[in-house]
Parts: sequence; C-alpha cells; structure tokens
Amino acid sequence: MSFSVTEPTNRTKWFAGIAVVLYAVITIIPLLWIIATGFKSPEDAIAYPPKVVFEPSVEGYVNLFTSRTRVNEDAMAELPPAETWYEELVREKGQTISGPSRYGERFLNSVIIGFGSTILCMVLGTAAAYAFSRFRVPLKDDLLFFILSTRMMPPIAVAIPIFLMFRNLGLNDTHLGMILLYTAVNLSLSVWLLKGFIDEIPVEYEEAALIDGYTRFQAFYKVVLPQAATGIASTAIFCLIFAWNEYAFAVLLTSGTAQTAPPFIPTIIGVGGKDWPAVAAGATIFLVPVMVFTILLRKHLLRGITFGAVRK
Amino acid sequence: MAQIRIENVRKEFGTFTAVQSSTFTIEDGEFFMLLGPSGCGKTTTLRMMAGLELPTSGEIYIDGEEVGQKPASQRDIAFVFQMFALYPHMNVGKNISYPLLSQGMPKDAVKKKVGEIAEILGITDILNKPVGGLSGGDRQRVALGRAIVRDPKAFFMDEPLGALDAEFREHMSEELRALHDRMNATTVYVTHDQLEAMQMGDKIVVMNHGVVEQFGVPQDIYDWPATMFVANFLGSPPMNFLKFSGMAGTGATSVKLGDSEISVPELRAGTSGELALGVRPEHVRLSDAGQVRGEVLATEYLGTTQIVTVRTAYGDVKARIASDVSVKTGVSTGLDLDARTLTVFDADKGSALLSEANEGVLNHG
Repeated sequence: MSFSVTEPTNRTKWFAGIAVVLYAVITIIPLLWIIATGFKSPEDAIAYPPKVVFEPSVEGYVNLFTSRTRVNEDAMAELPPAETWYEELVREKGQTISGPSRYGERFLNSVIIGFGSTILCMVLGTAAAYAFSRFRVPLKDDLLFFILSTRMMPPIAVAIPIFLMFRNLGLNDTHLGMILLYTAVNLSLSVWLLKGFIDEIPVEYEEAALIDGYTRFQAFYKVVLPQAATGIASTAIFCLIFAWNEYAFAVLLTSGTAQTAPPFIPTIIGVGGKDWPAVAAGATIFLVPVMVFTILLRKHLLRGITFGAVRK
Repeated sequence: MAQIRIENVRKEFGTFTAVQSSTFTIEDGEFFMLLGPSGCGKTTTLRMMAGLELPTSGEIYIDGEEVGQKPASQRDIAFVFQMFALYPHMNVGKNISYPLLSQGMPKDAVKKKVGEIAEILGITDILNKPVGGLSGGDRQRVALGRAIVRDPKAFFMDEPLGALDAEFREHMSEELRALHDRMNATTVYVTHDQLEAMQMGDKIVVMNHGVVEQFGVPQDIYDWPATMFVANFLGSPPMNFLKFSGMAGTGATSVKLGDSEISVPELRAGTSGELALGVRPEHVRLSDAGQVRGEVLATEYLGTTQIVTVRTAYGDVKARIASDVSVKTGVSTGLDLDARTLTVFDADKGSALLSEANEGVLNHG
C-alpha cells in the first residue's frame, strides 16, 4: 500500500487549527472553572447566573488550610486584635481560626502513596518486563496473560476481599497498604508497556556490553536502562496519574492516618455551609504535582502514547 | 593473541539442533571464515565461541584454556555485530573507551589509547560526535575501534559488512583485511557470502544444517570440495554436476557417461549407484571433439568471460569461456572436461570419492 503525502493547503491547515483550539477550549473549561471558583467568594461561587467576572478572593484557600469556629459579636469584641491578614479575613465572616486543617496532611499522604507506589511499580515492572523480554521464562505467554487478567475487571470489583485481607493484615489505613495496593493494580499495565519498550531495544547492545567485560546486571543498568528511559518515564506518568486520582479504594480503606486527598476534598463541604471555593482550591492544588510531573516528562509521554505506531 | 580450538561442540535449542558436534582449530593469527547459508549454525557457533550462547556439550579452548561454560565478559574477546550495536546514548569516543572502563583503566591511559585507535582507523575528527548521525562506514570503524581498543585474545565478527552498501563493502573488506594483517590477531568471521569468504579468509569452514561440511584454505575447498553442498555453495556459477548411474571402482582412471569414457584422477575409493561428475565452469571447453554433447541453451556476457549453458543428457552444464568466442544458442556442441580437475561424487550421500587429486585435501580435515 502506498499513501500520497501532499502538503495540506492553507485552508485545511486553518480549519484544522480552529478545530484543535475549539476542542482544547471545550476540554479545558471545567478545569478553568475549578481554578476560577477557588478564587471566588462563597457567595459568588453559587451566584445565579454564574459569574464569569468576579472580585478575586483567597477566602477559599484560607478556608482550605484552616479549621475555624464561629463566635458571636460579643466574644469577637473581646479578642485581641488579629495578628495576620488571614485571621482578619476569617474574623470578617464572624469566625476565628482554631488551627490548621487536615488538608496538608492528606496532601502529603497523596504524595507519599502516589510517588511511593509509582517508584515501586517502576522497579518491579522494569525488572519483570526485562525478564519477560530477554529470558526464556517457562510459561511466559501464560504468565503474561495471567498478569493482564487482573485488568479485566474494575479493580474495585475486588474491594471486599481486599478490605478483609487488609483488615486481617493490619494494613487498613496505612501508607504501606495503599502503596502495595496501587502497585499491584498498576503492575500489569507497567509490565506490558515496559516489555514493549524493552523488546524494541536490540539485544546486541547488552551483548556488546557483556563482551566489553560488564556483568549482565551492569549491562542492564548501564545500557538497557538509559535506552528504556523514555518508556519508563511515560509508564511512570500513567501509574502516577492512576494512583494520584484513585478515589474508590481510598474511601474504603483509609479514614485517618493514610487518607489521601481525593476522599478528603469532598468532606470540606459541610463544614460551615457549602464551601465550594475551598473545595475548588483543594482540587486546584491537588492538580499541581501531576501537572508538573507530566510537563517535566511530556516529551516522553508523547512518545509513550504513539509507541508502537512507528517502526524503525 | 590465541589459538582457538572447538571440540565436539553441540548446541540444541529445545528439540532443534543448531550445531551438531563440530570440531576444528583456528590457528593463532588466522583470518578464519565461517561460511554457510542462513540457518546453518555458523552464527550460533560464533556466539558459542564468544560466550553469548553456552554449548549444550563439547569444549571450547581459547589460548589453551577451556572456556565453554564461561560468560562472555570473562573470555577477553571482542565481537563486532552485524548492526554494529554502538551504544546509542554515548558519543564515538565513549563507545570506543567503554571496554577499557570496565577494566578500571585510569582516565588518562584510556584517553591516550582511544586517541591511538582513532588514529589507526582515521576517525579522530568524529570522536566527540554522537553515533546517531554517522555513515555506515564510520559506524563500522567505530565498532572496529571498540573491538581492537583493548587488545583482546581474538576478534569475532558476525557479518560485519552485511549492513553496508555493495560499493562500500569492497572498500571496508580491504580495510578489515589490512587491519588484520597489521595487528595479526586471530579473527573469526561469519558470512554467507562465498566470494567474501574466499577473498578475505586464510581458512574457511563451510557449514550446513549445523554440520561442518569442510574446512581448509580457500583454494583447496574451491578446487576439491568434500561434498556436493560445498561444490555448489562456492563459486559463481557453482560447480556443474553431470548426473549418471553406474559404477566407479577403486583404482579406476575413468568413468562411463553413457557411451563415452571420461578420464578422471585415479580413484582411491569406489562405489556404484547414482553418481555425479563435478566440474567447475572454467574447466569446461566447447570443442567438437568433446566427449559429452549438448545443445547451447543460453549465453551470459560478463565482460572478459561469458557463461554458456549447454543442455546435455546428464543435466545442464555451464562453461566459462572467453567472451570473444561467438556462440549461438540452439547450436549442438561438444564439451571437453579438464580431466585433472574432475571430482566424482556419490550422489546419494552427496560426498566426494577420494582420488589421487583430492586425497591430500580431504584426508587432512
């Protein structure tokens, strides 16, 4: 088969450009709305018709990071003058700050569990993928199918057995438990993706390293790993995004010490009225790490998405 | 540098036998060719010598030391891959220095050595370039540089010219041979190209279906093939076979093709049944006095010579004759075979019968 490759005309380029921009705008609107809501006052956030232009406020962010108590006017008058700008902001609403909120801890939990499981998943996944790609593993095809079969249902379908297992093992509401769980869920994806990447690296590179006097392990980390960096990076992004955004298991298996941000954010609603700006602020901050991680590795991500499409 | 000895080496992959009990010796400093069609086991044999595959049984001696079950990293040999396998994430200089770094050689010494090698290969100007943008010839030179940089006991090359353009191959094969003569290093070279093998090799092993068919110096193998496979694989066009049935007795000096008596070198062994008379195209002359007759089927003009195909009762025979002789297709002609060069084959077994002419060659291997 042959394809004629002609330079697109200016008009088609123009149409294509408009279509892409339009699509980008449509998909990005909810994201922009969340970010904007974070900077609205609670009144503006629920105004009808919705306000596109509004007076920005950081109340949502202050509320996100603090827990507050309502005080009556007499008590307020007796308080010493506010020491900080955010204390002042809170007092204008008839409240005082009683301490920091739990958002910081929950966010840190998300970081520990998300990155922890991603790292573990990459270490195990790369090793397994390398073995599947290079060694004569007995029952290789069956094992690969078996690994993939863990993906044939939504992971949450096995929530109850996992819940019982975790309770017996004392892994409920622990960082270790969540890291192990997310690693287990992501491992099939990472083994398959990474195997594809490693398969594409000619085995001669390692053989050359073996001949050059290196051990197999040295050949692996000095020659194969640098070659597989692209694949590892893009696989890591997929794993991190899953672990970072996972909600169902987090609700079920964590409640305190190891609770991640996704189940925590909705609980902000209901603390002193429907505090949508605080929820939106929580979601906005929650976006940042994955966004940064993805931007850092975006070169590789593109290659990861189109991987296998182009043969050398 | 070292002698390499292969003794009863055998390699099986599951139920498939890639190499069957092979034995041969590569002398110190020899340029040794492993020749055969694809799938014949030549690459597997080379990889076993290098330690990239471990033999199922048998011994491999490099420099008198048995290394059959040792990993490649402990054999002190260099390997040039068909696709060169230059480390893509390193520049040219780093690629060449890599084998030295594994030995823990100090940085200054490494730099000096890499400089010397680059000088020999004429690649000093590209030492700092990434390997990605290099031409085929430069890649080849870098791969050679990486091989020779640490003075290994032996060089193993797996069709190193296979990835190059025809035009450039010629040039590189000369460079390779010159490099070998300069370093005098034991070199084992795998190829499926019989011309390349004869051009470059001091000695050739011809393999087929995992079996060593014959080994020796190129001219011996070309002139006195041990089997019909070797006779057919070497030479272009290959050796002609005139097939006939009959008998060839020990001590006979001729065989009977139909009514004509054809002189052959005195046979040292005899057999009867299906036989084949082997003759190289350059030893066939068109002559009306010739014992075998046939009809000219086609002529191919090759510059200084031409190939004339003649259909006879014993099969088609190709003759290489001077190109200034005019030969018309369809004409009946006689063929004169040079008696001193003929080989009689047992066509059932595919092996040559010993004669006074070939016994010297066939008995040593």
